[in-house]
Amino acid sequence: MYYGIFAALMVFTGLTIGVAFINLGALNFPVAISIAIIKATLVILFFMHVWYSSQLTKLIIGTGLFFLMVLFVLTMSDYISRGWSTYPAGAGQSTRQSESAR
Amino acid sequence: MPAPPGAVHVHDAHAHHPALQHQFETMGQQLESATLGMWLFLVTEIMFFGGLFMAYLLYRVWYPVAWAEGSLELDILLGGVNTVVLIGSSLTMALAVRAAQTGFPRATVNYLLVTMALGLTFLVIKGFEYAHKFETGHVPGPNFHFEGPHAQQVEIFLSLYFAMTGLHAVHMVIGFGLLSVIAWMAYRRRFSPEWYAPVEMAGLYWHFVDIVWIFLFPLLYLVDRAHHFV
Amino acid sequence: MTTPLLPREHYLNIRYGILSWLLTKDHKRIALLYLISVTAFFFLGGFFAVLIRLELATPAGDMVSSDTYNKLFTMHGVIMVFFFLIPSIPAVLGNFLIPMMIGAKDLAFPRLNLLSWYIYMLGGTFTMWAVIVGGVDTGWTFYTPYSTAASNTNVVATGLGVFITGFSSILTGLNFIVTIHRMRAPGLTWFRLPLFVWAHYATSLIFILGTPVIAITVLLLAVERGLHIGIFDPALGGDPVLFQHLFWFYSHPAVYIMVLPSMGVVSEVVACFSRKNIFGYSFVAFSSLAIAVFGFLVWAHHMFVAGMSVYAAMIFSFLSYAVAIPSAVKVFNWTATLYKGSISWQAPLLFVFGFLGLFTIGGMTGLFLAALAIDVHVHDTYFIVAHFHYIMVGGAIMGYMAGLHFWWPKITGRMYPEGWAKFSALVIFIGFNLTFFPQFVLGYLGMPRRYHAYPEEFQVLNVMSSAGASILAVGYVIPMVYFLWSLRYGRAAGPNPWGATGLEWTTQSPPLTENFPMTPVVTEGAYEYSKREMRVV
Repeated sequence: MYYGIFAALMVFTGLTIGVAFINLGALNFPVAISIAIIKATLVILFFMHVWYSSQLTKLIIGTGLFFLMVLFVLTMSDYISRGWSTYPAGAGQSTRQSESAR
Repeated sequence: MPAPPGAVHVHDAHAHHPALQHQFETMGQQLESATLGMWLFLVTEIMFFGGLFMAYLLYRVWYPVAWAEGSLELDILLGGVNTVVLIGSSLTMALAVRAAQTGFPRATVNYLLVTMALGLTFLVIKGFEYAHKFETGHVPGPNFHFEGPHAQQVEIFLSLYFAMTGLHAVHMVIGFGLLSVIAWMAYRRRFSPEWYAPVEMAGLYWHFVDIVWIFLFPLLYLVDRAHHFV
Repeated sequence: MTTPLLPREHYLNIRYGILSWLLTKDHKRIALLYLISVTAFFFLGGFFAVLIRLELATPAGDMVSSDTYNKLFTMHGVIMVFFFLIPSIPAVLGNFLIPMMIGAKDLAFPRLNLLSWYIYMLGGTFTMWAVIVGGVDTGWTFYTPYSTAASNTNVVATGLGVFITGFSSILTGLNFIVTIHRMRAPGLTWFRLPLFVWAHYATSLIFILGTPVIAITVLLLAVERGLHIGIFDPALGGDPVLFQHLFWFYSHPAVYIMVLPSMGVVSEVVACFSRKNIFGYSFVAFSSLAIAVFGFLVWAHHMFVAGMSVYAAMIFSFLSYAVAIPSAVKVFNWTATLYKGSISWQAPLLFVFGFLGLFTIGGMTGLFLAALAIDVHVHDTYFIVAHFHYIMVGGAIMGYMAGLHFWWPKITGRMYPEGWAKFSALVIFIGFNLTFFPQFVLGYLGMPRRYHAYPEEFQVLNVMSSAGASILAVGYVIPMVYFLWSLRYGRAAGPNPWGATGLEWTTQSPPLTENFPMTPVVTEGAYEYSKREMRVV
């Protein structure tokens, strides 16, 4: 069974390399991440035996991932919303943070 | 219920496994505790690397062109080979744990040695990649040199490259040390189906290090191979 | 009833010699190792506080230069936060009591526990070395780019000390979680656990999830400072606010690390000294978890004026209001527990009363600060300083003092002198309020923090604050004296001087190394005071 998982991981590795050469624009990043998540999931569930582990183990992993997402999402909520206009057009623009993407 | 006054110390008379620590009642409790403890430790590792991934995320959003330029400087062949090597080592690690669990000490040792060899291969390849970076002046710091208008931002990319792969490599070295201890213990026939917890715990650690690389590879090496940004 | 005697054999006299302490695996001895260390750091941090208050007694910056003053408040903050407040209750009381409260012989990983202490001492040594060779002047918050590009003080050494000590926290948290999950005595279900244990469980979640982030942040800080790669430096394309996000992602939950264990102590003391079951046990238990979880969602309220997006600020503001709710739930439940209880005015309860009032003020002022419109004006003023000292000193340290007094008889087998303890509680309470209440006013009037000189019109309030600090200092020295005195001359306490519920009170004082001669079996909830017949004090 481990060999089967390994084979799947190899397939996904090949896939992620292959897809990287296809221009999907902004989608390349999410696709690459998604494939990585699938690979990681296979390692976690089967190489690390989480599929067969207790609810508590799954809860612990889930909690860790949840708070990692909190770090990413809430922090990025700052950066993504910095450019949004706060004032009516034309009023007091001088203190606005300059464009974030250079 | 509290012990009645004058209670005499009661020594449990049953024989217990030599590896049973005094604070535990049974080997099962000990294994469950070790597993729980290792998973909690891995959660701390997730958050530890997580800080670096957060910095990566921000600057990738801010500097897509520099990210593309920096990523294209990395050798996709070496990175890809390393990915196969490391995932392969995860396979052999899982096989080692199964060998220990099913009472095959010689197979356990062999699989562990192969895992270590693959890990070493990974580190050697990484070493070549780093050496190349030193040669081309792409190491962040006072001697950094990069052509193009985005040099400063590419320096940030490469800083994160070195930080993330460097931290990963440190973990691999620690893992290598850990596996050598476990392999020695397996060689000395310390493990059995009744007690193979250290092998399993080492396995969890090793797989975690593999998972970090599973993310590092696309994030660092495959940013813009289709030349959308540059 | 008979006067209790000290038991013949216990964990303190079972083995003698320095190695039996330095190589111990006994969680109780490790707790005492921590007690000595954290107390030493407390007085060191307090020393810096004394210097700060001396300087601030006059408006002119005439005692020390501004650079030196920057070092004083930085060292005060770093030492108090990382080497006193964060370890204090968990490493001292948590280590000592958790195995006993759950009927276990020790924590799940006794050697990791000892390692935790050594790591803590190593980190402390690095930081002390940094102090000795000149200190740090960045503030305990190490904000970039000053800390990475401009400060010429020992940032990396201090950062390294903090980094190392973080692992001590992580291992303690890991140990507690595994212990509480796997080592409970038969019959001890989750909802029969003492609330002290719930509080430490929640605290341990924060240890595990938060500490690694500051660890990596400090590493990045050191790399940035050494190599100037640009990750936090705006001149090089980096964002200094990213440092703040990463820093506060841990450091805000860290304040809940400081206060949750204290709340755990409060639950125990309130139940015992009102001879009542805790009102709303499950609400209090779940609120501990809620504080731990919500505490991770509010960190950017430290950054409202740092240049972050106002929309994100609004989200964090809203979440900061929400995080107050579980704390309020606890205060209501403790109050309801006290109501119509049979109150016993012993020192532990006096410290807890101090907690209840002062933590409430600290928490309420936290709500003021959660409002963007107010925070913009009082950020980086003494209002903030007052707010967090009300929580950390008026809250956390009061709880720590309450806990030390409550469990002193169990830890040492001796009673402390009750009269002196009551007196010290009073002195601390008066000294604390005199020190920090004027600071709310000062901050509101506009006095900025981290300045060693200020306009003349602020002097009266500053002098009040400095006078209060001297009283507070005396208030903390008094218990040092009588606790030490009690080790030799204190009356023997017996197993349960307070008539309290809880497994730790069913054994001798001081306990045996293995805690319980026979593993207890639990058949009732944690606070069944209604079934108790007599008070034993």
